[in-house]
Amino acid sequence: MIEIKDIHKTFGDHSVLKGISATFEAGDNSLIIGGSGSGKTTLLKCMVGLHEPDQGAVLYDGRDFTRLNFKERIEIRKEIGMLFQGSALFDSMTVEENIMFPLNMFTDQNRREKLKRVNFCLDRVNLEGKNNLYPAELSGGMKKRVGIARAISMQPKYLFVDEPNSGLDPKTAIVIDDLINEITEEYQITTVVVTHDMNSVMGIGERIIFLFDGQKEWEGTNKDIAHTDNQNLNDFVFASKFTQAARDKL
Amino acid sequence: MIFYPLGKYILLLKAVFRRPEKWNIYRKEIFHEMDSIGVGSVGIIAIISIFLGMVTTVQTAFQLVSDLIPKSIIGSIVRDSTILELSPTISAIVLAGKVGSSISSQIGTMRVTEQIDALEIMGINSPGYLILPKIIGAVIMIPLLVIVSIALSILGGYIAGTLSGAVTSNDFIMGLTNGFIPFTVTVCMVKSVLFAFIITSVSAYQGFYTSGGALEVGISSTRAVVVSCISILFADYLVAQLLL
Repeated sequence: MIEIKDIHKTFGDHSVLKGISATFEAGDNSLIIGGSGSGKTTLLKCMVGLHEPDQGAVLYDGRDFTRLNFKERIEIRKEIGMLFQGSALFDSMTVEENIMFPLNMFTDQNRREKLKRVNFCLDRVNLEGKNNLYPAELSGGMKKRVGIARAISMQPKYLFVDEPNSGLDPKTAIVIDDLINEITEEYQITTVVVTHDMNSVMGIGERIIFLFDGQKEWEGTNKDIAHTDNQNLNDFVFASKFTQAARDKL
Repeated sequence: MIFYPLGKYILLLKAVFRRPEKWNIYRKEIFHEMDSIGVGSVGIIAIISIFLGMVTTVQTAFQLVSDLIPKSIIGSIVRDSTILELSPTISAIVLAGKVGSSISSQIGTMRVTEQIDALEIMGINSPGYLILPKIIGAVIMIPLLVIVSIALSILGGYIAGTLSGAVTSNDFIMGLTNGFIPFTVTVCMVKSVLFAFIITSVSAYQGFYTSGGALEVGISSTRAVVVSCISILFADYLVAQLLL
């Protein structure tokens, strides 16, 4: 379980996060949604320690990440997997080397054991046999899947996903969403997804937090979202004519 | 104004020299960097050094018009100027362009494509993993490149001097061997190590703190070369003042 308490973050004069608190349960897909500039990526970065919050606490199963020193943070980071918006695969490494990299750094497994784990992860994301390809040789969807394989290689307890469907066609986006959902349930991971993709929201949004202007504006499930009377959320979710028509049919 | 980036640079270096997670991974990276920085730069250093020696010899001979000055002095001047100044400094400036811009753009691209964030999330000390092998690789290989440069520069000077008839073979060799002060080689090596450190650390700093996109990576790369070159010249003067 991850708990965030009263997170504030300011860049210069601009206050991006204004006291956000939330709880993310293990085995749940929690989605942070909001428009551009609402602070969702900043919140994610504060949670994983890429940004230091000005105020507040981030608790990983009771361990306050913000109060830990560099060495203590490493222990928690070994339990974190993250899929980045652009996949963030290491260009100079093959798919196999990318997935094996955290294993090389933090385990004493021999090469055969590591290769077994790499192949398991690749198999899990339906990319078996792609070991020797370089990121430049992969499609956007394949990169995301390799990113997921790398994120789960160390069997993480917490999975963070930043805009998993950006730049993907709708069909591939559903494959990625389903994969994240399956992995979360299968390994009982605490998964936090930042997205503005409404397909993800309706598809895998077991718990949704809507950010507006750096504040938590609304919290609920994907079933609640169609019936909310929150004006800002309605403006965000039903911005397109397609979603408006879908709502009218409900 | 200068203190903020200087402070950031010092803090980055502190992170760079933190104890590595796994030495065998770093060792592999160090060998890779030694190959990339050292072996990959032999060609350009060789070409520049030969011409540098040739030009130094021809121009020194052109200025020595007095019959009272022995021709062997050309060899001595080529030797000392090559060892003390031309080989370490010109090589460093060339390497700042070749190696420095490459380091800066490589790390800068990793920054803007979130690869550095990915390292951080995994719990890896990204400055250490990305920069330390480059610094160690350069500090080992650049002095060796400078030694190669000195040898080729003197060889170039010998060839140009004898072929043009500006100095005889015997006079040039006599000039090379007479009055040689071994301490000049020590100064040269001190400079080489210092320049290697400057090229890699300054370029890595510029790349590491890149923000934005492709345009900013290019700007960081240019800034890495400019700042490295100025720092090299400043360090050059400092070492000369302190050691000579």
